[in-house]
Amino acid sequence: MTKKRSETSQAAHFSTLQKSPTGINGLDEITKGGLPLGRPTLICGSAGCGKTLMSIEYIVRGALQFNEPGVFMAFEEKPEELALNVASLGFDLDQLMADKMVKVDYVHIERSEIEETGEYDLDGLFIRLGYAIDSIGAKRVVLDTIENLFSGLTNESILRAELRRLFQWLKDKGVTAIITGERGDSTLTRQGLEEYVSDCVILLDHRISNQISTRLLRVVKYRGSMHGTNEYPFLIDDEGISVLPVTSLQLNIDVSTETISSGIPSLDRMLGGDGFFKGSSVLVSGTAGTGKTSIAASFAHSTCLDGKKCLYFAFEESPMQILRNMLSVGMDMSKHLKSGLLEFHASRPTMYGLEMHLVAMHKKIKRFKPEVVILDPITNLITVGSVSEVKAMLIRLVDFLQNERITVMFTALALNNTLNEQTDEGISSLVDAWLLIRDIEFNGERNRGMYVMKSRGMGHSNQVREFIITSKGLDLVDVYLGPDGVLTGSARQAHILREQTGIALHGQAVSRKDREISRKRKLLESKIASLQTEFESVEEELNKVYLEEELKNQILETTRLEMLEKRRGVEGNNKQKSPGSKKK
Amino acid sequence: METQAYHLSLFITGASPNSVRAINNIKCICEKYLPGNYELEIIDVYQIPEIAQIEQIIALPTLIKKGPSPERRMVGDMSDTAKVLRGLGIVIKD
Repeated sequence: MTKKRSETSQAAHFSTLQKSPTGINGLDEITKGGLPLGRPTLICGSAGCGKTLMSIEYIVRGALQFNEPGVFMAFEEKPEELALNVASLGFDLDQLMADKMVKVDYVHIERSEIEETGEYDLDGLFIRLGYAIDSIGAKRVVLDTIENLFSGLTNESILRAELRRLFQWLKDKGVTAIITGERGDSTLTRQGLEEYVSDCVILLDHRISNQISTRLLRVVKYRGSMHGTNEYPFLIDDEGISVLPVTSLQLNIDVSTETISSGIPSLDRMLGGDGFFKGSSVLVSGTAGTGKTSIAASFAHSTCLDGKKCLYFAFEESPMQILRNMLSVGMDMSKHLKSGLLEFHASRPTMYGLEMHLVAMHKKIKRFKPEVVILDPITNLITVGSVSEVKAMLIRLVDFLQNERITVMFTALALNNTLNEQTDEGISSLVDAWLLIRDIEFNGERNRGMYVMKSRGMGHSNQVREFIITSKGLDLVDVYLGPDGVLTGSARQAHILREQTGIALHGQAVSRKDREISRKRKLLESKIASLQTEFESVEEELNKVYLEEELKNQILETTRLEMLEKRRGVEGNNKQKSPGSKKK
Repeated sequence: METQAYHLSLFITGASPNSVRAINNIKCICEKYLPGNYELEIIDVYQIPEIAQIEQIIALPTLIKKGPSPERRMVGDMSDTAKVLRGLGIVIKD
């Protein structure tokens, strides 16, 4: 009968099994769409692992998000208790019940009140359930925890037969059902319910390691569908359950060539001009007190100044501490807090397990939708898990952030060289850019040297720069490579001073020579002038002699002509000639 | 062994074999041990499905002794007379 049914349904809509979305964060991604539609699903786990909460959330979210009424049949908790429990998640169960979207039926069984007097069946349960389903047109049903029947009634063979009939009946009804079951010693459930519910089994677990508890979810079986097979951590908080799928296994993320400034112009230049790529991951590592947090904060500051959102996860300092400290280097970040562009989330790493941190960050990022996320510092997470666990977690975080195209900056503390290697190794292959800040101890001083260890896809500088923190902000300056090695701090300043003196001395020498030249020129010019005057006086003298000579010649000529006429003595000629001569 | 009258409710599902047997058995027991001192009400849950929730009924047939107190429940076809009598609080002296 079952086979026939599934065959026909497969023929109707080929390969894909229809699914009923749970609306629970992340669970639909793991199950690729939700629970199998029209089939029962078993949720099992030990006490206090969240079975009831997950199933009630399925019902409530079904009613609120998918407009599907649901029946919750409780064998453990009374409706009032359930209403209180979901009220802590912000759901008003009473209102939903009044709206006929949810019906809660509390089944009370007490062995001491019941005498078994022969053959019976569970028709009462069927009728109750059937009536509840029909009265609100329910599409979703939860039986929590049906195993309680076994404590109320003793005839196991009847119960087993009836349960088998119940699950078949639920299938025939076409409702999607969740059956919860307490975990047994060697079986998934104490009463072996997994025998009956064979379509989908979800196992919840609550594990404690290093005094830190982690809730885990695993889809043990999902007939007819692909599903994630790993153990996924999940979180129960004031918004219900969030499961964290280990995100994309593929590396097919869209990349961006857009850049985002690091907040330190000189660092941007070191990286090739414009800063980090958008959506890339940046690691800043260094020993204690090298200014990692300052770099991270300045990145956050400049992001907010650009009007973009930034989410800052602090694992070491409180937000107030960071604000105060950054004010001392000239960054007023409190205004970003007020404008809502910046959000701090400070928690001790030991607050909960690594996976929980991831889930919590996931949720906050999804809600806040920042462009930049800062984790300061990731080193402290090591206290919660091993290096490989931290790495696995960060890989997932980076995956997720790259998908969302969010730029992330990690800071990591390096205590000494050996640990430094270890810590960085965990993540260095993962990140796109890695800035290393080193202490440079020289000349009785400790200075900070920064270099870009790597920056994928950028023509970055290979030089060590001195990283200075002043009251005006952060800056990088060139270090001096002298014969004694790298010069930083006051040695660098001294070197600059020496150079400046050199330039001044040189300048003075040049100007003295200039003056001498001009003096010589003046001397020469005055000599030329005196020679010129000498030449003029000589010339004048010569000219005077020449004119006198000419005058003398003229006079001589006239007297000679006069004398010539007198000698001829001709009167007529004399009369004729005299006016002419007189004229002359 | 008299005092209060027995107030009994038997919940059944139509004419199923268990129901039919239960009716017959309880009637016999009542006639034999509680002649004239009982009130038996037979309710078909199929007819009034909402009663199942109100009366907290899971298994059927169910016999509820509503009086005299304490309230007791018996499930099954009432074929185990000793258990039914114990449930009804009747002590047989033989």
